Amino acid sequence: MSATAETHGHDDHDVHHHKETFVTKYIFSQDHKMIAKQYLITGTIMGVIGVLMSIMFRMQIAWPEEPNVLFEALLGKWAPEGVMDADIYLALVTIHGTIMVFFVLTAGLSGTFSNLLIPLQIGARDMASGFLNMVSYWLFFLSSVIMVISLFVEAGPAAAGWTIYPPLSALPMAQGGSGMGMTLWLVSMAIFIASSLLGSLNYIVTVINLRTKGMSMTRLPLTIWAFFITAVIGVISFPVLLSAALLLIMDRSFGTSFFLSDIFIQGEVLHYQGGSPVLFEHLFWFLGHPEVYIVILPAMGLVSEIMATNSRKPIFGYRAMIASILAIAFLSTIVWGHHMFISGMNPFLGSVFTFTTLLIAIPSAVKAFNWITTIWKGNVQMNPAMLFSIGFVSTFITGGLTGIILGDSALDINVHDTYFVVAHFHLVMGISALYGMFAGIYHWYPKMFGRMLNKNLGYIHFWITAICAYGVFFPMHFIGMAGLPRRYYTNSNFPLFDDTANANVVITIFAIVGGIVQIIYLYNFFSSMFFGKKTVQNPWRSTTLEWTAPIKHIHGNWEGAIPHVHRWPYDYSKPGHDEDFVPQDVPMKDGEEELHH
Amino acid sequence: MTALLTIIIVLFVAIALWQMVKIFDLAQVGASNTQVADDKDNKLNGYLMIGFLIFIYVITILSFWYLGDQPLMSNSASAHGPGLDNLMIISMVVIFIVQTITQFLLHYFAYKYRGEKGKKALFYADNNTLEFIWTIIPVIVLAGLIIYGLFTWNDIMNVNEDDDPLIVELYAQQFNWKARYGGADNVLGKANVRLIDLDRANILGVAEDDPNAQDDVIVTELHLPVGRPVLFKMRSQDVLHSAYMPHFRAQMNCVPGMVTQFGFTPTVTTADMRQNPDIIDKVQNINNLRKERQAEIEEAGQELTYEFDYLLLCNKICGKSHYNMQMKIIVETQEEYDAWMATQKTFANSLNK
Repeated sequence: MSATAETHGHDDHDVHHHKETFVTKYIFSQDHKMIAKQYLITGTIMGVIGVLMSIMFRMQIAWPEEPNVLFEALLGKWAPEGVMDADIYLALVTIHGTIMVFFVLTAGLSGTFSNLLIPLQIGARDMASGFLNMVSYWLFFLSSVIMVISLFVEAGPAAAGWTIYPPLSALPMAQGGSGMGMTLWLVSMAIFIASSLLGSLNYIVTVINLRTKGMSMTRLPLTIWAFFITAVIGVISFPVLLSAALLLIMDRSFGTSFFLSDIFIQGEVLHYQGGSPVLFEHLFWFLGHPEVYIVILPAMGLVSEIMATNSRKPIFGYRAMIASILAIAFLSTIVWGHHMFISGMNPFLGSVFTFTTLLIAIPSAVKAFNWITTIWKGNVQMNPAMLFSIGFVSTFITGGLTGIILGDSALDINVHDTYFVVAHFHLVMGISALYGMFAGIYHWYPKMFGRMLNKNLGYIHFWITAICAYGVFFPMHFIGMAGLPRRYYTNSNFPLFDDTANANVVITIFAIVGGIVQIIYLYNFFSSMFFGKKTVQNPWRSTTLEWTAPIKHIHGNWEGAIPHVHRWPYDYSKPGHDEDFVPQDVPMKDGEEELHH
Repeated sequence: MTALLTIIIVLFVAIALWQMVKIFDLAQVGASNTQVADDKDNKLNGYLMIGFLIFIYVITILSFWYLGDQPLMSNSASAHGPGLDNLMIISMVVIFIVQTITQFLLHYFAYKYRGEKGKKALFYADNNTLEFIWTIIPVIVLAGLIIYGLFTWNDIMNVNEDDDPLIVELYAQQFNWKARYGGADNVLGKANVRLIDLDRANILGVAEDDPNAQDDVIVTELHLPVGRPVLFKMRSQDVLHSAYMPHFRAQMNCVPGMVTQFGFTPTVTTADMRQNPDIIDKVQNINNLRKERQAEIEEAGQELTYEFDYLLLCNKICGKSHYNMQMKIIVETQEEYDAWMATQKTFANSLNK
């Protein structure tokens, strides 16, 4: 840590001497706060595309094969006379999944808040490498552009599901989308992974090396713990997806047989011999499962922080919260097989993965109970960020509980790949992570833009979104329990499922309303940037260091010296203090104890 | 042209919404304008928390009321089905108890402890006993579920070859299913997609010179004798498929380049299942719904009246017509099965000369 202290001393001299042009300030910025905003805006744009796609395919499910002017307008040749084509249905499902999981909930969530909060909350002038940080954002931007371009290729975008299992994804003759569309998908994801790795390495190095004086690991806000561990999981698992993608590119373009064997398609035998699609599934889910924790952990961190601040109470069980993050991170790397119980792998492996998977419920339960106890006997300030945090806990519980069924290999036989799964993961990682992201945006908007978001619009946004989220995904469990498979373009060929048709219409209506309501949020977000109420320095009366930095963004974050830290981040309503919060940079009074040890 | 008009209309609607939000926004000027929640907000949203709790309970009850009659939790048609359904019901009961209690605590606390000016929260940072309690309770509950689950899983997946199961190959291709029986010797002939010879109608790539293959029988409708264990051997010729037989609580992926397997014993014939009161109700309900959409269904060239049948569905995304890859399964008595089998051509006789 001595090296860190020296760097700070040295930095202090040249903080004020930066002359910035428009390009270095807004485009090729190396400042973590600007990069955070770039991530957020790019993620928002991708999110709008992803949600629009989901509304389109939900309309197809509710009113199958009926002409729809919206399809005709947006899908062009893929919706002749307004009737959606079956290939583009699969493409919409695929790209929706890809965009939401990677571009919105990984880059948009982790990219935004890790960048914004890590330096500010640990008391650093910037990321360890501002340059790598900039490169990381621009690689992400490039991969987003390629992903969007892939929507417009002749034979259609990738359509093999977001898990892109070969051989479907490997053979252009198996599906139109497996031609140029899939090539662009793979290129885009390879670049995305590079971006993610650069970002993650930066976060890890920054958290380890650049903490201000007094900021021991056990005084870190839970946000930082979550971002830190998320980055570690990312570094462990994303390279495996990269290798899977590279091997798939080899199979597709250079005739290797890593994942392919014994294939007869369109009247001819292909030369592939000896590969196995199951190998791809292993590689994919070795990232794919940790990925859901990459998505949810940052949201958990944000929610923990916001809940403590708005309950005016310390987060309950700070150490247990850290321990459960570590436990979840560890377990997340040894549970991937629960996506593959019926893939043809040895049933004994299924038993092992059932065991490890259900273990994850324990740290998850600890977290949920700790959040609930944090509110107990609090003085709960119902700011929009707090509402989204409570919403997060609610959907995390509802969605998480059904994991007990899906993680159980015997039960999974029957609900695997049905709508039950769709309902489960949308609630537990989709909606929950999205709530975490909204909570973070409402809470740290003043820090990002120096202005406040309109709270009443926030309330409307939350309550309608919350009702629609349950309206969409709760009944979906029951459709799944009727045995309805996911990714069916229409269910009309199965009279067996006719009695789920009405529920599908209801779900779609909730989805459309939920989608449209986001306009309220978009309005709030963009108009408050210019016309919002100007913020005070610490609007939520919070204890963490970012609120000691000036409202105006300056390179280096603090004018003068970096504040030193004297206490943990959750001294809310501590007896013996006049205010109901004691910032981390306030020295201990004589005889005052750090209670959490 | 319509396309352009639609885009313009959608844009106008979006702008109109935007403007309405803006009016709402501007109309609030003058009200307390820190944009930080005050006592009024805390009170209102506290009550809304209780409202939302009720909403969650109501949507749960409605879902059970309208959709609760779920075929995957009752009326299984295989020997291992009741055990699996039992595990499912136990898990569901656990889930709903936990869900009801935790959602109540969360929303009730949010309401009860809503902020008020001058109130001070309790400084309560840690309690090891509590942490221990809510670690150990999930541990115990999960241990029970894990053990029960693993026993069930092992029962299902360990096929006992001594029971002389009927061997049936399920063969998947974009976008249909075929089934191959071992014939009189109950042994499947060797097969590989490299042996496919469409000119000779050898569509599954069965080895023509394999003695075991001569009496194999290839069909497009799966018949199973009731009460006899069946061992399915799954193959795929092109991409991943998944053989999903929901009524039998059975599913296994079909993977090109390898043979996967799944075994079960059907216990209820199709005819008996059609007489099951729950199934009669379900079919009745579906037929009422189908009458409402009569024109549409007839236009699509489908039968208007639905009759219950077991089905094999593809449940792994496999391409354009994934949504229509199915095969009918008929479970019947041994005599009916034998009679049906006698009418089928053997592999040797089905080849073009």
